[in-house]
Amino acid sequence: MTRVRALSLTELRLFLREPVTVLFTLALPLMVLYVLNGVFGQDQGGDPGEIIVYRGFPAPDWYTPAYVAMALAGFCLIALPAHLVEYHETGVLRRLQASGVPRGAVLGSQAVIALVVATVGSGLLVAAAIAFTGTNAPENLLLFLVAYLVAAAAVIAIGLLLGVLLPTARAAQSVGILAWFVTLFVGGAGPPPEVLPDGLRTVGDWWPLTPVVQTLQEPWLTGEWATRASLVTAAVACGSLAVAWRAYRWD
Amino acid sequence: MDPVIAVEGLAKRYGDLQAVADVSFEVHQGEIFGLLGPNGAGKTTSVECVQGLRRPDAGRIDVLGLDPTTHASALRERIGAQLQESSLPQRLRVGEALALFSSFQPGGPPWRSVMRDWGLEGKEKAAFGRLSGGQRQRLLVAVALVNDPEVVFLDEMTTGLDPAARRSTWELIERIRSQGTTVVLVTHFMDEAERLCDRLAVVADGRVVATGTPAELVAAHSDGVTVTFTTTETDLRFLEALPDVRRVEVRGDRAAVHGGPSAPPHVGRALVDRGIVPDDMGIERASLEDVYLRLVGTEAGP
Repeated sequence: MTRVRALSLTELRLFLREPVTVLFTLALPLMVLYVLNGVFGQDQGGDPGEIIVYRGFPAPDWYTPAYVAMALAGFCLIALPAHLVEYHETGVLRRLQASGVPRGAVLGSQAVIALVVATVGSGLLVAAAIAFTGTNAPENLLLFLVAYLVAAAAVIAIGLLLGVLLPTARAAQSVGILAWFVTLFVGGAGPPPEVLPDGLRTVGDWWPLTPVVQTLQEPWLTGEWATRASLVTAAVACGSLAVAWRAYRWD
Repeated sequence: MDPVIAVEGLAKRYGDLQAVADVSFEVHQGEIFGLLGPNGAGKTTSVECVQGLRRPDAGRIDVLGLDPTTHASALRERIGAQLQESSLPQRLRVGEALALFSSFQPGGPPWRSVMRDWGLEGKEKAAFGRLSGGQRQRLLVAVALVNDPEVVFLDEMTTGLDPAARRSTWELIERIRSQGTTVVLVTHFMDEAERLCDRLAVVADGRVVATGTPAELVAAHSDGVTVTFTTTETDLRFLEALPDVRRVEVRGDRAAVHGGPSAPPHVGRALVDRGIVPDDMGIERASLEDVYLRLVGTEAGP
């Protein structure tokens, strides 16, 4: 445990020394909020008989929890895997291995730093959304926070998995960005799922980050717990972590 | 005296590849012991098994009285390692690196004194990525030594370094030994092995093909010594009767006398006694390089 702590603090220090990454990580959620809210966030006045989107909720309420998922994905799927792969490529992991650092401490410290950074980003995003876009506060804040932890666990575990499996930092970055955009387009954070063509909607149904978005939305919008989505999310978290643990290589 | 490390019949296979087939060696207290062999011979896998980083398929390993397959973490506290191509994060500072790694393996001297010992005291706030090649090497050595290990494993320390940096790395390695630490050095450079190692094992195709001091290896695996000179005398058969001389070859006015290590003085005296005083007498001994190439096969060289 002391090793996880020492490594996490070191990682946090190193992160703060990369101004571009810091800016990207904190500014991305706000940019997403600003741009996507401008595009999709207009309340659908809608004539009767039109497709009902956002399940009838105000667009900003629908989107804010979805953007929290995008903020999580922004750091955990793009920055985290590239960072872990770089450690693998440059022999930092080998140095840690030689000093008897267990894999749990390496993966654990990456998870801790991801949770801390993504939570700061999500917090900024939620605050800005409520302050500037007229988003209503979550129906059930406590349930939303629990949902956030479940969602974060899944996104972080996927990020660790990518970081373990992908061969180069460049590949990790490309795959991460791709996954981020797929989540945006079909996962529920971009166009309302109701207007997607059938094919894309099917992709969205099977995309592992879609239930993450739903897990976050339900307590925010209705104050209820998204049982099915959260179970899938938890399964994604456990499955990804298990595979990452087994596939982990020092060299 | 009991050896610090005893390895017997070590074997390790990765899928279809038999990386280590049969490796045995002993390392004694306070020596620099080398594992010399071409790339892919199984040296790195062997030392990684010895350090408890990999689990061997077969064989018995004893390091400081511990079995690395069952007591890896207890062993970890008493050994240090510089693994092949390992590195530190670019933005990590010298002081942070030493503080972090000494927290992983407590029990060594204060990290600041390690930093002073390796000439890095002015660089405490410098990032790893901004250090010169030599400074990086010193920091990596210092990181491997933060827990004041009894044995340190150094794998391919000088690959890719320029001649000056290699030379200063050799000095670092000799300094580690002079502090009483036993050193296990993995290398594919013969000059490095010859210069640094008290004893070494030559590894080829996953097996130890020879063990000994560099001089013993040369003596045991070479043709010995050849004395050459120019003479107009055609009948040199009398030389064959001398002690330690095996064979005399004459081609034109060039003579070559093959024999053991004491052949040259006997040959010299016998020639002078007969009034033959060549002015170009030379003595050729096999070098460790000749022996190495003979042991591992010429095409397997690095």
